[in-house]
Amino acid sequence: MEPVIVITHEPLDRAALVEAVAHASVGGIVVFEGVVRDNARGKQVRYLEYDVYAEMAIAKIREIVAEAEHRWGVERVAVAHRVGRLEIGEASVIVVVATPHRGEAFDACRYIIDTLKTTVPIWKKEVATNGEEWVEG
Amino acid sequence: MSIQIRTRYFAALREIVGMAEEALELPEGASVADLRTLLLTRYPRLENALARAVCAVNHQYVQPETLLKAGDEVVFIPPVGGGMF
Repeated sequence: MEPVIVITHEPLDRAALVEAVAHASVGGIVVFEGVVRDNARGKQVRYLEYDVYAEMAIAKIREIVAEAEHRWGVERVAVAHRVGRLEIGEASVIVVVATPHRGEAFDACRYIIDTLKTTVPIWKKEVATNGEEWVEG
Repeated sequence: MSIQIRTRYFAALREIVGMAEEALELPEGASVADLRTLLLTRYPRLENALARAVCAVNHQYVQPETLLKAGDEVVFIPPVGGGMF
């Protein structure tokens, strides 16, 4: 199936993403969900603000998923990233990989989230109790 | 002869220049490095952000010596992501 790739200002819908990759041939579904923490490097975080270069981000995520499909033969992948203002505890990113057997799903999911965080043009600003800054990798 | 390109700003760069995009004139044969120089002249406060940024032209990462063409969309991309979930 074509990967599901979503960039949205709305809260992420984990159940809908899992549903999108589910299939009778699937034996395992791995979900990674990144959520907003209340602290970073000793700072008390109030909320995060994500910015995105959407057209390029979607193109880069598509490349990452294609590479995962090539390496692990996975065929059922959904990636969703939320942008805008996110409160503590809200999900910023969800990666779902469904495969016949679990091994490939874990490996591909790990690869997708790690690569996404270093190569996809999405930025976050930490707004803390003592100031705000765009955080670098 | 000159060419017009479109540059877009995100994250820290957008906040520094105070806009999301603009059209810029460059001499024909200008490179990404030339555009970086022009931006630093117009917006000296971009220095730190541009020092660590990579560049994308029409959604593909490119090198500083890449030549620009009329109508290109050029974005300087500060370091992305990070954070530990």
